[in-house]
Amino acid sequence: MGYSLDFGWLRDAAGAIAHGALMTLFLIACTTVFGILISILFAAARRSRYGVLRKAVAVYVEVIRNTPFLVQLFFIFFGLPSIGIRLDPVVAAILAMTLNMAAYTTEIVGAGLDAVPKGQGEAAYALGLRPRQVFVKIILPQALKVIFPALISQVIIMMLESAVVSQIAVRELAHEADLLQARTFRSFETYFVVTLIYLALSMAIRRLFVAGGRRVLGAGVS
Amino acid sequence: MIEFTLWDIVRNLIFATRWTVLLSAVAFAGGAAVGLMILFARISKQKWLRRFGSGYIALFQGTPLLMQLFLMFFGLPMLGFRIEPWTAAALGLTFYASAYLAEIWRGGVEALPLGQWDAGASLGLHRLQELRLVILPQAFAITRPPAVGFLVQLIKSTALTSIIGFEELLRTANAINNATFEPFTVYGLVAVIFFVLCYPLTQYARMLERKIPAH
Repeated sequence: MGYSLDFGWLRDAAGAIAHGALMTLFLIACTTVFGILISILFAAARRSRYGVLRKAVAVYVEVIRNTPFLVQLFFIFFGLPSIGIRLDPVVAAILAMTLNMAAYTTEIVGAGLDAVPKGQGEAAYALGLRPRQVFVKIILPQALKVIFPALISQVIIMMLESAVVSQIAVRELAHEADLLQARTFRSFETYFVVTLIYLALSMAIRRLFVAGGRRVLGAGVS
Repeated sequence: MIEFTLWDIVRNLIFATRWTVLLSAVAFAGGAAVGLMILFARISKQKWLRRFGSGYIALFQGTPLLMQLFLMFFGLPMLGFRIEPWTAAALGLTFYASAYLAEIWRGGVEALPLGQWDAGASLGLHRLQELRLVILPQAFAITRPPAVGFLVQLIKSTALTSIIGFEELLRTANAINNATFEPFTVYGLVAVIFFVLCYPLTQYARMLERKIPAH
């Protein structure tokens, strides 16, 4: 076998890799915040009195869940400019990631809302709280506690899928790997190292969320 | 320059879809075969085998599929195999699918009451016989909805193989788009085709979920 592994390039590449990892974390942080906010709104809309709203959310969820993320990304980045919407790669990436993740988390949040016993809402109304207060202060915190593990998994899945935004030249981790391997001709080693960094990131994100969830949502969150 | 009518675009895309379908089928079948072995490791009595199984699953579920595909594409030639997008795509997706299927089936095996194992043992069955005759048929039956759900995920994942140069639906779309400059139509049509492939399966998975009584 004429090939021997060489990791000598790694010293000079550390800065670029760290920069890419930060970009990946930035993308997933934005996506998590926007995605969860949107999915709370959509899950509530899915359960609203207005039929049109319920239908619209259902169609959105089905369309996103039954098409590949990469196609959604290309549609947003390459397709939308032809109807006059031109987006910066980073904005397009965050938009595509948010829309994609929200379709999955809308279902998750919805399941959490359904899992809160009805008596909780009724008790809150009986205490004289307004509908919005009942939702934000009584129903939502209990729902989030139930679905927290599922939400963490979805965030990690999205972080891993975000590697494909390298295809529209967003300079995140996978894109830095593409550039590095083109320069060093050490393709396998480069992708090997970057794959391990993704693995470390997904474990770190899980740890972080579990610790944060325990603090914010109370004990019993795993 | 060649003029493309809408029908030309649609025809070419539909023609390319067979590679998406074929790759999905190969990866699902291969993933089921390898996944079965990982499942055996994962539920083995040997501790080191269980460790290996859970490590394998964690590795494939904790890293991006795109990186796995790149590692296949650049790693296989180092082992002396000839490098072709089709081989790298099929192998990459097979390993990816095996990890997910093994994890889904493990859930099914663990959901069965322990009495099923005891009953098998009391009939004098070996462990392999127990698995084949008692445990696995039931585990497969109760995990059919998530397995079909994963098939949908796998079909969508084949789009990533366009990046390592496999000529499936999305790569053909990129080529057509470069010739026609109609990204809105082309990628819109690609989305429609994927939707047509995936939506019936999603509905099927949902129907199965309703039919199977919860344990």
